[in-house]
Amino acid sequence: MTARSLLATVGLALSAAFAIPPAHAERLIVSVSNHRVTVTPNYSGEELVLFGSVEKDAATPATRTNYDLVVTVSGPRADMVTRRKERKFGIWVNTDYRQFLDVPTYLALFANRPFDAIASPDVERRQQLGLKNVLLTQRVGTDYADVVPNDPFRSAFVRLRSEHGLYREATSAVTFLTPTLFRTGIPLPAEVPIGTYDVEIKLFSDGALVTRTETAFEIVKVGFEQFVATSARQNGFVYGLVTVFMALMTGWMASIVFRKD
Amino acid sequence: MQLYLPIADIPVNIFLILAMGAAVGFVSGMFGIGGGFLMTPLLIFVGIAPAVAVATVASHIAASSFSGAISYWRRRAIDPALALVLLSGGIVGTTLGVWTFTQLRALGQLDLLIALSYVVLLSTVGGLMLWEGMRAILRVRRGVVVPLRRSGSHGWIHGLPLKMRFKRSKIYLSVVPVVLVGLIIGFVGAVMGIGGGFILIPIMIYLLRVPTSTVIGTSMVLTLVTMVFATLLHAVTNHLVDAVLALILMVGGVTGAQFGARAGQKIRGEHLRLLLGMLILAVGLRFAIELVIRPDDLFTIRETGGAG
Repeated sequence: MTARSLLATVGLALSAAFAIPPAHAERLIVSVSNHRVTVTPNYSGEELVLFGSVEKDAATPATRTNYDLVVTVSGPRADMVTRRKERKFGIWVNTDYRQFLDVPTYLALFANRPFDAIASPDVERRQQLGLKNVLLTQRVGTDYADVVPNDPFRSAFVRLRSEHGLYREATSAVTFLTPTLFRTGIPLPAEVPIGTYDVEIKLFSDGALVTRTETAFEIVKVGFEQFVATSARQNGFVYGLVTVFMALMTGWMASIVFRKD
Repeated sequence: MQLYLPIADIPVNIFLILAMGAAVGFVSGMFGIGGGFLMTPLLIFVGIAPAVAVATVASHIAASSFSGAISYWRRRAIDPALALVLLSGGIVGTTLGVWTFTQLRALGQLDLLIALSYVVLLSTVGGLMLWEGMRAILRVRRGVVVPLRRSGSHGWIHGLPLKMRFKRSKIYLSVVPVVLVGLIIGFVGAVMGIGGGFILIPIMIYLLRVPTSTVIGTSMVLTLVTMVFATLLHAVTNHLVDAVLALILMVGGVTGAQFGARAGQKIRGEHLRLLLGMLILAVGLRFAIELVIRPDDLFTIRETGGAG
């Protein structure tokens, strides 16, 4: 590679880097209290803390202090089916259903004030602020698309996930400790899915996105839980045999312990 | 004390599960049944997915029927030939049951099938037992002695071909109905997460005319083998057997069963049958009510597999 082409590449990269956050030069520095949450036998939910600060430099307009922050935590993705019961022949039966494709199994949106106060409806939609604006792809016939927020299947899906604490939205969860220092809690319910969680932090000012950054944490089963879950998946037959053996041993032990004669 | 279940993926209170195991064990020891028809609904009630409940209860019943079968074997109250013929049908039935279970799970109709079969089966069997029990009690009150119909009274079942002599039970019977009964019990057990003892025992007594001396022990052998087989198949095909949950249930269950058996000996036979009939009928009705009244939530979500 010649020096000239290298220079051109660097130049391109630089201009590309500058193109994303326009002229402003705020930077977000964030950290999660724990990057590896372990699910142990006595796990019953946990709360992580995300904290960070807005770093300004010379290019930042000195007057700008009115920052808004939106944190999106999305868990491992999966396909899910939402079914609706209807009354057929006097009993309630699952009839209609919608398939949600590659949607987060855990989704939490936190902000320092209501989303509609942070940005215009248009920006809310584009930046997927709030559960009603997050893209949840459905299979509609042969097509893949998200539907209107008040679609009965979509709202039921969001509602049911919310009831289990797996989808949540809190517009007062992010607190600014100083005008540039912030924190928010990330509550993880007991039924939390195992996997990698992406955390996206978006900084807004005057209704416009200023900058964004990402971090991640993972939830893992360790020790015995991990061992049982993976062996059930990967060695179903051996796992079944061990379970049966355990059952027979328990039964046999009982017949000895409680033998009457 | 909370314990995280690795397959059901939820934390449960270990003492609650132990108590449930013990309570169901008590009932099963008292009536000489597996108790799956109580255990599965209870597990579903505490929030365990129906599919996991059905698959896990199979191993729990295997444990309790094994401890029962051992003691019946010592008392020579098992007819090995009859058990083998029943099993030949039972294995096929279980395989078909687990296969059906897997298919219905994919279609999203598993919960409905489980509920419907509970309603139909439990209401019918419970109702019949209740009726029988009440008649028996009335007869005892009036002092009427009804001779048990024994060999000599030949029904249509005795006209069937392929007859075989079952020595220990002292009956001469066609293998066709025996295999069929095994098949049905195996199928129903695998789909519903029950051992089927409460259906099998009346069928064996009233239809096949197996003497009461061998009926419970032999039915326990069938339950044991079909449930062992069902556990294996569920583990291989659906990966839904929660060994941790199963172990807690087993420990509670086998302990409760011992006390239940002692309590059962103090109660008169016809009262026992009446009680069991009421219990079965109550569970059946509970499922019926659930199907008929409008559910709190018309929507349900199920994960269909990870995509990345």
